[in-house]
Amino acid sequence: MAAVEVERLIRLLQRLPGLGPRSARRAALALLERPDTLLRPLLDALAVCAERVRRCSRCRNLDVGDPCAVCADPERDDTLLCVVERVEDLWALERAGSFRGRYFVLGGTLSALDEVGPEDLGVDLLLRRVREEGVREVVLALGATVDGQTTAHYLAERLRPLAVTTTRLAHGVPMGGELHYLDEGTLEAALRARQPFRAGHEPS
Amino acid sequence: MEWRDEGIVLTARRHGEGDALLSLLTFAHGRHRGLVRGGAGRRRRPLLQSGNRLACTWRARLPEHLGHWTLEPLRLYAATLLEDAVGLAAVGSACGLLELGLAEREPHPRLYAALLSLLDHLAAAAPDRLARYVRFELLLLEELGFGLDLSACAVSGRTDDLAWVSPKTGRAVARTAAGRWAPRLLPLPPFLVADAPATPADLLAGLRLTGHFLERHVLAPRERLQPLARQRLLALLERSAA
Repeated sequence: MAAVEVERLIRLLQRLPGLGPRSARRAALALLERPDTLLRPLLDALAVCAERVRRCSRCRNLDVGDPCAVCADPERDDTLLCVVERVEDLWALERAGSFRGRYFVLGGTLSALDEVGPEDLGVDLLLRRVREEGVREVVLALGATVDGQTTAHYLAERLRPLAVTTTRLAHGVPMGGELHYLDEGTLEAALRARQPFRAGHEPS
Repeated sequence: MEWRDEGIVLTARRHGEGDALLSLLTFAHGRHRGLVRGGAGRRRRPLLQSGNRLACTWRARLPEHLGHWTLEPLRLYAATLLEDAVGLAAVGSACGLLELGLAEREPHPRLYAALLSLLDHLAAAAPDRLARYVRFELLLLEELGFGLDLSACAVSGRTDDLAWVSPKTGRAVARTAAGRWAPRLLPLPPFLVADAPATPADLLAGLRLTGHFLERHVLAPRERLQPLARQRLLALLERSAA
């Protein structure tokens, strides 16, 4: 039987994604057994984040500054804007390291039954950015789900009067994916999006 | 207990971290919910998109329990429709209305067949797909006990020249019988009473007609707004009608 304070710690840890009651108990024990190397550094890191991390007013990313590091980076291409559903999608694209434009985080998708509308996704803020910041291409990097693509179609329509190029990510076979393991939907999308095979193509 | 059936995905909501609560419109068991283990994961999520047709097995210890689904794909319509704004809006709207309007565990085999046929036409981008969508909403009203009577004029009994519908009774009214009441009646597009092609303006009138009765009998009593997907379908049609 743990002390009330420890039980409280376990209950709080249990609310984190990926942690159930048992794993929260293990994590709490690990913290308590290593106060100097784990507990206090974690405490400091949490305090710093609680104090300093906030949502960027331009792209709605989470960072210690406003504007965030991505928005403040002068090396990035201002004419290219990538719209993602969530901050973790932005982080995933940044990990890939192949996109050098700016971002906009919607914070979700339009949802018929949960009554998530355009005003909840900051669509007006997105349109203002596109209008005022000289954006030439908007990449709609939204999920290949009914809600994700409904949102993408909606955004594409709202962007049409602004005379920007609107693109979306390709849907299809993932790297390392074997066809017989893929679901029918992915295969169908991949077949529809097939491209000419450039045999003998030499890298430039 | 355990039963097997086939169903069309209406909604799937995340439940906890890895699971999903799935609502299916099944052929023989009506709108039915259950838990999908791993439903929020990468492997199961593509199956759980609105409009997908699945073979399903429902298991629970007692009939009144939530139960678990075991699922196999039959046809993944959602993937076909991802690039079609109108198709996506129609699927979202149909699934949303069924989720909001149907009582759980009450079989509606006609509605199931109509939804399946609608999905086939949407996936094939058939020219009459939206006319079929409007008829689907008429059938939904009928199955819920609020069907419109478009067979004859409520005033004169005529079966031809039907051009209006009473917003109160849901009965058709002939053009000549409407008289000074015409401005207070709802337009009845010809494709709903005869084998006529539907223009975008007709489709819009059809959606406004069914929308009025859905609002009155289905949504308002539940204090719900019409699904956003239906609003979007209306907006897309308004644009093409203009």
